[in-house]
Amino acid sequence: MFKIARKLSAKGIIGMNQRNIGYIGKYNSRKLYPLVDDKLKTKIIAEDAGITVPKLLGTIVYQFQNNEKYLKKIIADLNGFVIKPSKGSGGKGILVITRREGDIFFRPSGQPASMQDVIRHISNTLSGLYSLGGKPDVAMVEALVEFDPVFDRYSFEGVPDIRMIVFRGFPVMGMLRCSTRASDGKANLHQGAVGVGLDIGTGTALNAVQFDQPIESHPDTKYNFKELAVPHWDKLLPLSASCYDITNLGYLGVDIVLDKKIGPMILELNARPGLAIQIANNCGLLPRLKKIEALSDHKLSVEQRIEYSTREFSAD
Amino acid sequence: MSSKLQIGIFVVILVAIGLGLTVYKAAYLGFPLTPGEKQKIWSVEATMDFVADGDQPVKVSLALPDIQDNYAMIEESSASPDYGASQAIIDNTRWVVWAKRKASGSQKLYYKLKFYYDSKIKSDYNIHEKPDREIEPYNFTGSSKLAAESLLTLVKDRSADNISFTSGLITLFNSDEPFQNVKMLLGDKPSEKAKLLLTTRMLSIEKIPFQVIRGLYLEDGKRKQNLTSLLEVYDGEKWVLFDVKTGRIDMPDNFVIWQRGGDYLFEVRGGHDSKIKFSVIENYVPAKQIAVLDQDATLLNFSLYILPSSEQNAFKSLLLIPIGALVVVFMRILVGLKTSGTFMPILIAIAFTQTKLLTGLIMFIVVVAIGLVIRSYLSRLNLLLVARISAVIIVVIGIMSTITILSYKLGLYNVLSITFFPMIILSWTIERMSILWEEEGAKEVLLQGGGSLIVAVLAYLAMTNTLIQHITFNFPELYFVVLALIIALGKYTGYRLLELRRFKSFAEED
Repeated sequence: MFKIARKLSAKGIIGMNQRNIGYIGKYNSRKLYPLVDDKLKTKIIAEDAGITVPKLLGTIVYQFQNNEKYLKKIIADLNGFVIKPSKGSGGKGILVITRREGDIFFRPSGQPASMQDVIRHISNTLSGLYSLGGKPDVAMVEALVEFDPVFDRYSFEGVPDIRMIVFRGFPVMGMLRCSTRASDGKANLHQGAVGVGLDIGTGTALNAVQFDQPIESHPDTKYNFKELAVPHWDKLLPLSASCYDITNLGYLGVDIVLDKKIGPMILELNARPGLAIQIANNCGLLPRLKKIEALSDHKLSVEQRIEYSTREFSAD
Repeated sequence: MSSKLQIGIFVVILVAIGLGLTVYKAAYLGFPLTPGEKQKIWSVEATMDFVADGDQPVKVSLALPDIQDNYAMIEESSASPDYGASQAIIDNTRWVVWAKRKASGSQKLYYKLKFYYDSKIKSDYNIHEKPDREIEPYNFTGSSKLAAESLLTLVKDRSADNISFTSGLITLFNSDEPFQNVKMLLGDKPSEKAKLLLTTRMLSIEKIPFQVIRGLYLEDGKRKQNLTSLLEVYDGEKWVLFDVKTGRIDMPDNFVIWQRGGDYLFEVRGGHDSKIKFSVIENYVPAKQIAVLDQDATLLNFSLYILPSSEQNAFKSLLLIPIGALVVVFMRILVGLKTSGTFMPILIAIAFTQTKLLTGLIMFIVVVAIGLVIRSYLSRLNLLLVARISAVIIVVIGIMSTITILSYKLGLYNVLSITFFPMIILSWTIERMSILWEEEGAKEVLLQGGGSLIVAVLAYLAMTNTLIQHITFNFPELYFVVLALIIALGKYTGYRLLELRRFKSFAEED
């Protein structure tokens, strides 16, 4: 047991306790949490700073607004949209509608949802079912991201997204999360999504895991991950790095999606990013974090930081 | 770094306070560290009988024992019906004085006292103290005078000092074939009382300082005994103890001195035909009880023992909660088990302590399972959160009453304890599990539910352990140590046990 612990420690794997005390507790000031825990606030500060985010169609704040008429006004004649709790956690309470036939909506899986279902979902959101601590919440209606088909071969039914760990403004590690049949179209690794570790320098795949076990190819589409490379990587790095400047959160998880037309956009920010990214990259976070901690109080620009990250954290 | 140092200092101070107080209580106040420890205790009861004269007030004095070597005295009581009792110190002796304005017929007075062995206790009696009173030589008359004088000459010739003189006298009086003169003074088959009296009279003629010690052998089942008298003789430097049966002796181990010197043990005014008897009963009580009865420990004046017993019992369960919290902290930080709600397992564990483990587990699972089924229907009704939770609470109460009534009818009486389950917690558990089920699937529900139950069972086992229960209640200062442990764990940055499995692939390579 201690042998395993020593080996992990030698590889620089960080555990929950160390993440909580050494990084989240130390670099993420509590008063900044609301900025990322409330997605509505994140969206506003991101838009102000010129950071690309999915378009906000409208918000539902009160139960009395939660009716067919008001909802229809927001979604207008759009075919697809996303309803999110503003203070949701862990991807809870996100309703994605990709297709619509009149008042019948369809989830990405093809499962239909009636207007009643959608309104009930919003009602649950407002009463705080999906929010941290069960507090009353606001439902956001966002435009559906038109996903770049580049990942279609590596995703089953779902939303592939890129998770970047940004430490004190430096992108330190990244992964692509691909949904599978097992994960029910969700990009959560513990539910069975595939995590693909990405080279910080180029955005090419390094390693892939499902259920914490290394795999070669996508379990449903059977495509080999070796050929995978994330496009727009040169835009994606500054986008994620600049999230530090708008939030001041030292240890930040940035979730990015690729839109067909617009390119990379920030989906959400996370002040408590998970540790599975280490397994996906087959690499511990600690050595990289230590390097940046050694820079002490840096005043580097986004470009300088990316230059540093690319130089230090690239695979070769 | 400085926060780490602060915590280090804080933890060390807390541990030092906690352990220090515990050691103090265990070593000096005699609190037992294990629940089974019992101490022998002797209850001594003096019963005084007399007949009141009837025409005058009654006043009865009884000499009381002083602090003595190796024995602690507790729970003294001199209450006797209709008599006013008070204590007084006269000539360095403690007396209990009973008084009554009017009394007639036979009277009974009681004095009770408990002794227990404690080698740390020492009396302030000084064995080298010089005798302070003049000795009046006894005057024998008639033929006794001649006999006494010839015996004195005989013993004096064969002795060198006070000690050998006293030993010689005792040997002479206890001889199997006594001299004619001894027979004349003591008669045939003399009592010990007579031997003691004669010895003291002979000593007084020689002006040898002596005093009579009255005391009691602590032996179980002694009933209606007189005090045993021993003789102390001053050898010019110190007092030496004699038994008039056997000669010179050391202080017997199980002997407690009731009265040292003094002309009389008790005095009755306004009464006659008085006699006093002593009984000794030996029994065993939990050592803690004795420690608590110890009056001197000021610490105890601010401890839980001063509370009424019902409040003490409430604290007994309250003081177990930190243990449960420690288990939760341990399981989450060191092991990494997921639980549904941080401290829900503690509350479930507390419920288990009332219901017993197996019944509790079955009831918990049954209630939550039924609750989940009903909750899944409620979720279809599209209710607002607060209304839905409230509905679940009512449903939970319904389930609990139904189970109780059914099991009562079936004769399963231990199921009646189901009411100890915290309903609100159960309702929230059902609510959380149901959301978890919808969002993450049944596997996650089993994982978190199982985790919660494992932690609850472990907390239950810790909280019902008799040793832990004993220690938490009797050494509440150990909570400083628990607190220190929890604070220290709060700074633990190492891997959790389950993370070793999660990141196993890293350790397997090369």
